[in-house]
Amino acid sequence: MVLEVKGIQKSFRNDKVLQDVSFCLKSGEIIAVLGHSGAGKTTLLRCINGLEFCDRGSISIDGRYLCREDNGKTLYTDADNIKSIRKKLGMVFQNLNLFPHKSALENITEAPIFVHGISKAEAEKKAYQLLEALGIRDKAACYPYQLSGGQKQRVAIARACALSPSIMCFDEPTSALDPELKESIACIIEKLASDNMAILIITHDMNFAKRVADKIIFMEAGKVIQEGTRDEFFSKPINDTVKRFINSA
Amino acid sequence: MLNYLLSLLPSMFEGLTLTLKVFTLTMMLSLPMGIFVALGRLSKIKVISRCVKIYIWIMRGTPLILQLVFIFFGLPLVGITFDRFQAALIAFTLNYAAYFGEIFRAGIQSIELGQYEAAKVLGFGPIKAFTRIVLPQVLKRVLPPVSNEVITLIKDTSLVYVVGLGELLRSGKIASNRDASLVPLIVVAFFYLMLTAILTKALKLCEDKYSYYH
Repeated sequence: MVLEVKGIQKSFRNDKVLQDVSFCLKSGEIIAVLGHSGAGKTTLLRCINGLEFCDRGSISIDGRYLCREDNGKTLYTDADNIKSIRKKLGMVFQNLNLFPHKSALENITEAPIFVHGISKAEAEKKAYQLLEALGIRDKAACYPYQLSGGQKQRVAIARACALSPSIMCFDEPTSALDPELKESIACIIEKLASDNMAILIITHDMNFAKRVADKIIFMEAGKVIQEGTRDEFFSKPINDTVKRFINSA
Repeated sequence: MLNYLLSLLPSMFEGLTLTLKVFTLTMMLSLPMGIFVALGRLSKIKVISRCVKIYIWIMRGTPLILQLVFIFFGLPLVGITFDRFQAALIAFTLNYAAYFGEIFRAGIQSIELGQYEAAKVLGFGPIKAFTRIVLPQVLKRVLPPVSNEVITLIKDTSLVYVVGLGELLRSGKIASNRDASLVPLIVVAFFYLMLTAILTKALKLCEDKYSYYH
């Protein structure tokens, strides 16, 4: 397993946002986490990438614990470990968060060069390969404001791929895309999975999940309500909430 | 007339030199200090942010001329003495760092949280995230208000006359009194106008340098 999430709980004040969420993700597998907004999907993702600390539970990435529950206490690993574990985890934000003052190329090479000590030549070589693979090599020198939404998203994906992560997380990747771009992002995600990357997609776009995911996790009020293969999920919804959600698309 | 103007120049240039010295050194010290003031003001450690808040309140809430007088004439009464130039420089730097600090604070707070988060998931520590991702964007945004302060500073330097330093305005006033002439004051005005014109141009170039992105 590349990603193991076990029994995580998270509250904001008295609001229990995540209640005992567990799941596993294998390399090459694509999991979509579905649910209404407010179901806890984004918080789940933020716990996995370490932007939020969960109150209880364990998260392990590539066999290393980010946090681990032991005798009822959840302990986080130290900052150095978090940094190296994060390397294994690529993240594409919903609003991308590209660095506006850096060109597409610099957005991709910034972390490898200035955080992880990779030589400029090597980082740029890798960045050009990624841009090439994503079909925007000619945009390397452009700044984010000069790019279209779809191109920006590709830069964000390339930036997240630059450190060769084993898991790639997408937060609502289709929220700003037209149908054609949705299809092309689906192809990109499939390509990443076929290169053995594990993919975690947070979305409420059911058609997209249907198109691309191997497995579906359905969340409601901070809990996993249903988990299963795509076909199972769509053919045998476990209860009315899930059924309504499926039929709403 | 021309001869009179030429006769004024040596003392004017002497004054101008001092004005520029106060201006340049204040800028060099107060701008970097302003960044630390902003960080202190935004610090999660309550004691630090409180103290910085009080410092800003005092610096912005009292006249700069009082601060000059306090440091040069007041502090010696409790045994702390500075020479005229040091006193002027300390007062100006402390005062301007407070203003720059507030400008930088607003700039830092205007950067979207997502920029920090993007940096964080890419492995940036807090210092690198600030210096490489946040600060460059802050500098672009604060340039217009900083420019305002810079222009104000060049004129504020005339206040150093209260501690007896011979800056540009003082040279003009002395000559004007001595010769019962308006000309030296016009020359002084001309110098200030030239200085602000040059600064405006230079600051515009800085803004252009950052205009490569939106």
